[in-house]
Amino acid sequence: MVTCMIRLNGVALRYDAAVPARNSATASARNSATISARHGATVSARNSATMPAGSGDRAAAAFRVRDTSGGSPDGGSQDVLRDISFEVAQGGFRWLLGPSGAGKSSLLRLLHLAARPRGGAMEVLGVDVTKARRAALPALRQRIGMVFQDFRLIAHLSAFDNVALPQRLAGRPETQLRADVAELLRWVGLEGKGDVLPQSLSGGEQQRVAIARAVINRPALLLADEPTGNLDDVQAQRLMRLLTEMNRHGTTVIVATHNDALVARHKAPALRLEHGRLVGDG
Amino acid sequence: MAGWWVMAEPRIRDELGLRSALGGLMLPVLVAAMAFLAALALAGALAAAALSHRWQDGAASTLTVQVPRPDAPLPRLQDGPEETRLDRVMARLHASSAVASARALSEEELTALLRPWLGAMGEPGAAGLALPLPAVVEVHLVPSPPDPEHALDDLSAGLEAAAPGTVTESHGVWLERLSGLARSLQACAWLVLALVVGVAACVVTIATRAGLSARRDSIEIVHGLGATDGRIAAAFSFRAMRLAGLGGLGGTLLALPVLIGIAVLVRPFTGEVAGGLPDSVPGALWLCLPALPVGSALLGWLTAQGTVRRWLRGLP
Repeated sequence: MVTCMIRLNGVALRYDAAVPARNSATASARNSATISARHGATVSARNSATMPAGSGDRAAAAFRVRDTSGGSPDGGSQDVLRDISFEVAQGGFRWLLGPSGAGKSSLLRLLHLAARPRGGAMEVLGVDVTKARRAALPALRQRIGMVFQDFRLIAHLSAFDNVALPQRLAGRPETQLRADVAELLRWVGLEGKGDVLPQSLSGGEQQRVAIARAVINRPALLLADEPTGNLDDVQAQRLMRLLTEMNRHGTTVIVATHNDALVARHKAPALRLEHGRLVGDG
Repeated sequence: MAGWWVMAEPRIRDELGLRSALGGLMLPVLVAAMAFLAALALAGALAAAALSHRWQDGAASTLTVQVPRPDAPLPRLQDGPEETRLDRVMARLHASSAVASARALSEEELTALLRPWLGAMGEPGAAGLALPLPAVVEVHLVPSPPDPEHALDDLSAGLEAAAPGTVTESHGVWLERLSGLARSLQACAWLVLALVVGVAACVVTIATRAGLSARRDSIEIVHGLGATDGRIAAAFSFRAMRLAGLGGLGGTLLALPVLIGIAVLVRPFTGEVAGGLPDSVPGALWLCLPALPVGSALLGWLTAQGTVRRWLRGLP
């Protein structure tokens, strides 16, 4: 059992994670994790194994991409990414860097299973998504948290309902999730704004709702596309502390960013893209 | 009646905002119009079937026999009594196994039949034309004679042989024409019903596609968060089922007074004069009418399921 305190916006949360011996990337290998807040609320969620970053063990890879192409933003035939190959171990952290138009968002779309790769092979949490049945993908998606550059909040749902959505999709009872969603909103500094619709929130507030939605299920994989783009420096630092703490406790994290100062402050391996090709890994 | 599908609204929250995207009056009003037409078509089909059955029952079992010069004597048969032509025909009719009963119309009955055409001239003792009227025999056949067509042919030939010139008028020609008419009416009614179902399915499909188009972003977000096709399709199909079911109920209730009115007008032709308003509507229709809202709801659910699942296959 690993215990850690995460402190954000003045709210301390204790994260207890039992580490399994080996994750076979199936539902049976999911691990139960608990975040216990100072206020007594508890978030129960599933998490994947917490293998150390950089492990070369074949079963421990969160992503394994081989000669993969695809990632067309509109689903067309024009591939944005060409012959991409890399591997990220479970519990690993990668920056995803490159100039605008290099294919960062397209790669995140592939990893988030919002598009199927064309050619090559791609495994996510041990599932070969190039061959997997379409019906097998929703369960896999529920284990992936994604923070979009444009937030992608549902406009007609309140901040509370947006954050609660992944838990409702996972079938968590309403009575259990209410306290946890409220706690997480407080955690990201949106206490009292649960009933507000996204369009009434500032850009930074919407981004924090998107972050809360991405992490509420304690995903095995967390993907973020410019997550600090609408946050001030203090909030960006808080977010990075959250991401690194989650990463330390087993969540695989990939963050696409243009923020060089952020990358400089948080040293980690990086995937570098240029013109749809991977030009650096490490 | 609508309670069950109102209660059946799933516990799924309106995550996709379908109350506004798949709302309004268009779908229920159009489905109500379809249900109204379906009720009329159904009533038409059942009425045509009932009339056809009644006509067949009445016409198939009766026969008219005309015997010219009924009182003319015939040569005596060996050891037989003296007989007129009518006596010989009646004897032959009573001997036939296909005949249940045979009765010669009395002179008064015959006169009454002819009065509309001949007036008082045709009456016995009246001054005017002394018309040589044939005897008319009303024959009721047994319900299901063995080999009915040959039985009638044999009977006709036997009567002709007994009293030459005797004419046997079967109602078969009219029966065939009436049956053909009834079958055509029934076919038209079922065709209208099929068209109405097809149009209703199109209406639900168009409304569902409009909802999918309006909520594309929300669906993609929910899909990306791990919602299954079944969950998304259920949200649409329960909404469509509810609206179509309410429309079907409205259309059926609107059709009810029209159907009762038509049934009251038709009642004299069916031979029924007694009974209250509910008795005017055929029993089968009372059973079919509640099926219309239920069928509309089911059609809404199935059509929305198919439409949404087909659309979702475009997502990864």
